Amino acid sequence: MLGFPARRPEADDDSQQSWRENWAETPLVPAASVAGAALSVVIAIMTFLAALTASFALLLTQASHDWRGQVGAEMTIQVMPRPGRDLDADSRKAVEIVASFPGLRDARALSKGQSEELLAPWLGAGLDLGQLPVPRLIEVRRDGSKPLDEIGLRSALAAALPNANLDNHGAWMQRLTTMADVVVASALGVFALVLTAMGLAVGFATRGAMAGAREIIQSLHYVGAADSFIANEFQRHFLRLGLRGGAIGGGAAALLFFALGALSRQWTTSAGGEQAEAMFGAFALGWDGLAAIVALSLGVAGLTGLASRVIVHRSLRALN
Amino acid sequence: MVRFENVGLRYGMGAEILRDLTFDIAPQSFQFLTGPSGAGKTTLLRLILLALRPTRGLISLFGADSATLDKNALMALRRKVGVVFQDFRLLDHLTTYQNVALPLRVQGKDEPSYRAEVLELLDWVGLGQRLHVYPPVLSGGEKQRAAIARALIMRPELLLADEPTGNVDPQMARRLLRLFQELHKSGTSVVIATHDLNLMDQFEGARRLVLGDGRLHIYD
Repeated sequence: MLGFPARRPEADDDSQQSWRENWAETPLVPAASVAGAALSVVIAIMTFLAALTASFALLLTQASHDWRGQVGAEMTIQVMPRPGRDLDADSRKAVEIVASFPGLRDARALSKGQSEELLAPWLGAGLDLGQLPVPRLIEVRRDGSKPLDEIGLRSALAAALPNANLDNHGAWMQRLTTMADVVVASALGVFALVLTAMGLAVGFATRGAMAGAREIIQSLHYVGAADSFIANEFQRHFLRLGLRGGAIGGGAAALLFFALGALSRQWTTSAGGEQAEAMFGAFALGWDGLAAIVALSLGVAGLTGLASRVIVHRSLRALN
Repeated sequence: MVRFENVGLRYGMGAEILRDLTFDIAPQSFQFLTGPSGAGKTTLLRLILLALRPTRGLISLFGADSATLDKNALMALRRKVGVVFQDFRLLDHLTTYQNVALPLRVQGKDEPSYRAEVLELLDWVGLGQRLHVYPPVLSGGEKQRAAIARALIMRPELLLADEPTGNVDPQMARRLLRLFQELHKSGTSVVIATHDLNLMDQFEGARRLVLGDGRLHIYD
């Protein structure tokens, strides 16, 4: 149509390659910008916080499951001292009765000295407890793979040993379960709050980063780019920013947990460390924790891309 | 090609800023759109591009009633129209070559398939030596020519240019006008919005559309 002068570049293979690379390396949305870098930082920080919260929630859930499992797997038989009864013989008899019931793995009778040691934290060390009627305790461990006839066991004990009673830790279990549920619900609540804050922060930061993109959207629109093409270009760009921020934040959270896990393994040799591990479990990030962090990082990247897409479409609606 | 019948435009509840516009733009025609600053030249160009909806009246573009167009049809029609914006709207992070090739790139065409065409066009507008220069480094006239080349690369049937000589010296303005005249000779309809009387005097055969007080006066 136009009377253009005839001219064809005689490009060799090398120059063709450089043209292609030059072209391919130039995205339609500028790759580097202050707003984009700031958005990546916001995403990294929010992903880090959300990943920490999620990991702690998972650790607490796992720890509470362990508490319940440990307490529920054990029972205790108390043999009370009565005039005319031999506590050692009664304890042996209780162990024999336990051994005859399926669904129980083993029973261990605590000696008089061991029973008195259990009172030391409350009564103090060095006291002569020989004159006190200290009951004997028998630790019984359940075999989870077989059913237990608990009523039968109680009846057998009551028939043979009127001074013995069986404690299945039910009352303690109920309180522990309530406490564990509250702790887990609190952790999940905090996680939900952090997740909401993350969504809002990323949404606003994306909108801020898109403020300078209006001219690009208009230019692309008026040179004939389809709305979906423009939206895809921006979504790809912001998805990349989101993935970068998510990888930094999620990676930092995972590294922190690995570091805490290494430290906690050293602490467990101390009494305080043992108690902390009993309460909160080991700081070991399992596959579920890692999966949660990866899912969070991918989710925040997806959210960023989606937010940019919505903003582009809103701008284009105004132009149309 | 373009037909306006009793078109009026107002923003919100304000008075009509353009009223009773009735005119045609014929194929292979050349016209200047002129009038004082603020008369509504850019607004009228936007109406022709269907970037604005009229408050009343009928606009048809390439035979299609603008009121009945869906988004895809609108996009297809706009691709037949090249636009040179007053502020150029070049993307600063793309080179001159990449800016001019942009309309082809967004169509999903492979770069080798249009490279020669873009290079020819850049030579034609005198930017053959400025292929890999970014817009912030280009002079006002070079930016203007790059914007014109970008508007022409799709070989539009209608070219709308908003104050294309507003940022250049008289010599460059004459050169740009020759570009538009050559384009017109090749079969494209051209509408140049300008208030540069000297520019219009250089092409006396051109039709003049004069905007004043919201109305359009036509001098064939």
